Amino acid sequence: MNKSFVQRKWHGLIKLSKDPLLLSVIVVLTLALILFIIYPLLKVCIVSFQVDGRFSVKNFTSVMTYSNGYYMKALWNSLWMGAATAVIGTFIAYIFAFSLTRANIRGQKFFNLIATIPIISPPFIGALAVVMLFGRNGFVSSTILGMDNANAYGPKGLLFAQILTFFPVAYITLRGVLESISPTLEDAAMDLGGSRFTIFRKVTLPLSIPGIASSVLVLFVESLADFGNPLVLAGAQFPILSVQAYLEITGMGNFARGSALAFILLVPSVSAYMLQKYWVSKKQYVTVTGKPTQSSNTMVSNRARWALFALCCLIASLIILVYASIVWGAFAKSWGNSALLTLDNFRYVFRVGFESVLDTMVIAGLSTPIAGVLGMVIAFLVVRKKFFGRRFMEFSSMLSFAVPGTVVGIGYILAFNHSPFYLTGTLAILMFNFIFRYLPVGVQGGVAVLSQIDPSIEEAAIDLGAGSTTTFRKVTLPLMIPAFFSALIYSFVRSMTAISAAIFLVSARWKLMTVQIMSQVESGRIGSAAAFSLILVAIILVAMAAIKLFLRLKYHTNSSILTR
Amino acid sequence: MSVTLVNVTKIFTDQDDKSKEFTAVNNVNIEIREGEMVTFLGPSGCGKTTTLRIISGFEQQTKGDVYIDGQLVNDLPANKRNSSMVFQSYAIFPHLTVAQNIGFGLELKGFKKSEIKVEVDKIMQTMGLSALGNRQPSQLSGGQQQRVALARAIVNKPRVLLFDEPLSNLDAKLRDQMRTEIRRIQQKFGITSIYVTHDQNEAMTVSDRIMVMDKGVIQQLGTPFEIYSRPVNHFVADFIGRANFFTGTVTSLNEQVTIAINKREFTFPTFNKDIKMGKRATIVIRPEGLHITRQSPEAFFNGTVKEAVYLGATMEYEIEVKGRSEPVVAISYNPVLEGFYKVGDEVGLTFEPISAHVIS
Repeated sequence: MNKSFVQRKWHGLIKLSKDPLLLSVIVVLTLALILFIIYPLLKVCIVSFQVDGRFSVKNFTSVMTYSNGYYMKALWNSLWMGAATAVIGTFIAYIFAFSLTRANIRGQKFFNLIATIPIISPPFIGALAVVMLFGRNGFVSSTILGMDNANAYGPKGLLFAQILTFFPVAYITLRGVLESISPTLEDAAMDLGGSRFTIFRKVTLPLSIPGIASSVLVLFVESLADFGNPLVLAGAQFPILSVQAYLEITGMGNFARGSALAFILLVPSVSAYMLQKYWVSKKQYVTVTGKPTQSSNTMVSNRARWALFALCCLIASLIILVYASIVWGAFAKSWGNSALLTLDNFRYVFRVGFESVLDTMVIAGLSTPIAGVLGMVIAFLVVRKKFFGRRFMEFSSMLSFAVPGTVVGIGYILAFNHSPFYLTGTLAILMFNFIFRYLPVGVQGGVAVLSQIDPSIEEAAIDLGAGSTTTFRKVTLPLMIPAFFSALIYSFVRSMTAISAAIFLVSARWKLMTVQIMSQVESGRIGSAAAFSLILVAIILVAMAAIKLFLRLKYHTNSSILTR
Repeated sequence: MSVTLVNVTKIFTDQDDKSKEFTAVNNVNIEIREGEMVTFLGPSGCGKTTTLRIISGFEQQTKGDVYIDGQLVNDLPANKRNSSMVFQSYAIFPHLTVAQNIGFGLELKGFKKSEIKVEVDKIMQTMGLSALGNRQPSQLSGGQQQRVALARAIVNKPRVLLFDEPLSNLDAKLRDQMRTEIRRIQQKFGITSIYVTHDQNEAMTVSDRIMVMDKGVIQQLGTPFEIYSRPVNHFVADFIGRANFFTGTVTSLNEQVTIAINKREFTFPTFNKDIKMGKRATIVIRPEGLHITRQSPEAFFNGTVKEAVYLGATMEYEIEVKGRSEPVVAISYNPVLEGFYKVGDEVGLTFEPISAHVIS
């Protein structure tokens, strides 16, 4: 009665071959995932462990001893910067999320909006703002405090920028977790005689621990992978791994050592990701997807409510300060030296950078819908179909969450720089990069939606005579619409603001706005960088509004896209 | 249209540990006749839903054959079998209106819009849904959703109608109402139907025949009367209704059977074929088959009232009898005439042989 492994797989294959369309979709997708996600990573590993075509750890010993342990310092800096960003960012995000879900403070919608703004801006906005606020000509350092020689570069500035950039990610996670904890539990605890603080300590906090752990790990991964902020702020005194790997490749052309650095960066990122995905997320007490419950008004005392409100105001005003400085900087004639307003920066951007604006929109506009559809199809296959390689498909399509963009960028130039896959400098390499890098959100969203849809809904369609394609088209896909559009928005935003991997892949033919902005920052043209960033954010906002409008007109839904 | 299962077996393998196997359906044979409504009844995990899903085509049996209307359908996928299922969760498409839901199957069959409208309107009228055609599923009550699911299944004129615990999400009163309704519709259209449930009352009211299952095996197949009054074994007797079991030794066996219970002999008119002289035998007496009297040496058993529950129309007693681990359950259907007994009263129990049934 016990069939052998081979027999069972063979049986499964026979069953699949009855549905040739399904089989070919699975095969093509699997090959694409191998080529554009796994193969570049393998290339990084191979190159880093190879000297003269043979296995060797020489690249790593060379990295360790390089310039008196400079790269070891970079590793150490990256790790503690990641840890600090993760812990402080999560702490702030928890206060914010708790205030908005439990304390019933005023202006919740406003605070929620403020906290989500950093998500749709390029990841180096924080760095730009730090320079503008606390740098040599900084608004706070120079104009207000009158310091002559302020230095925004180094660990403190970078930490500030990273927390600002990544705390919204933690906020969204923790808000979901807190919303899914039913306030009735707290009411019950209060009913049993607990004081407010005891309830928080004994009920709310323990229930949110898995969410907090998850958020810490996610921020750690994000901070390690961050490239834009450290490129602007880290400087030579405070080396950061992702930037050093980039400089090793583009500055010195040392692919072997660059790959070794990328590999070193990959290890903690992937470990933290695995820990989050396969351990912490399993400990979640309640699913994050539950419908928001009315917040309990009795949970927080009046005095505590005011304290939380003040804290939220403080955090929000910091964010506003950052964005106000970008806006102001874009219109300022000479930042820090003159209060005159001008459109010169925008004129400059349109003169030298208009091409990159168009390129960026073309690339993002083409890759976004493909990523969205692929995400839905993969989610569908992974949740609803049984086939050999299903787990591999799920794992590899989600892998981009774990892999820092720098590593991907290096992998792509290693993998696609020669035949049979010569793609360097083409539109295709940028598109493939964006499609497969921003696939995970679509997959994740699709999986979440599908796991909530009772399979009997699809069975009902089949029962009524629909084939598998008709069922997907007429029943499954319409139900996945919210997830699909969330995925669209996410991958559009990320494609527009991408830098870490893309910086390796741009060429004279295909330019990206983000890369142009970085070069403006590096050459000290802060004003035009700010103007450029503003245009970028404006494009994103317009695109989001268009999608939202389309959704409202076509599907009559008002699903909040950013907060899912 | 008949449905026939021949030696159907389903074995599931554990997803994580492929060596672990579980036999959900074990060698099931049944022939369901045209226009008949048969219920698969049993506790959860007994294999009844799996059997239903094998008939619908959602599960592939490991062994055995399924015939619908004489045609072997083993290799026919679910969408080609022309059976319609009413799902436990109703499975109403949330993105379609009521009318679109009901017309979904016809649309797939390529009916013209106007034809679909006629058919959908007709069935909505029969089901009392006429006013709800444009509603979204989220605006429907549980009972209305149930009707939509039923209408969606029936409008396709399926060869077989399959019900997968269709009433388990409704409240008690609505459940009673809907099961009568389902039976009425089924008889009106004369559709061969299979109904899965774990609720014995439901099974008793809707079925022509009941198939009682446990651990993947058919325990008994028969009319509601046979299942309740002539259970073939301990499991069936215990699962359907409440039952008191008494064990004794067979002392005489001719047209009737005499069994010595509690050192006294009782003669019963009906008995199981596998009963042997001198062997142990068990008899079943339903609570309503026992009469409560004052304690007397003539009584079948004497005991003490342990619990007495007044339910208005009836009075339910649990009576502790010396030497029995289980209390005896008795129901008095006319407590005003038969008298009320209190907890602690010493009482006697009697019964008519016709009320008793002998199992192995």
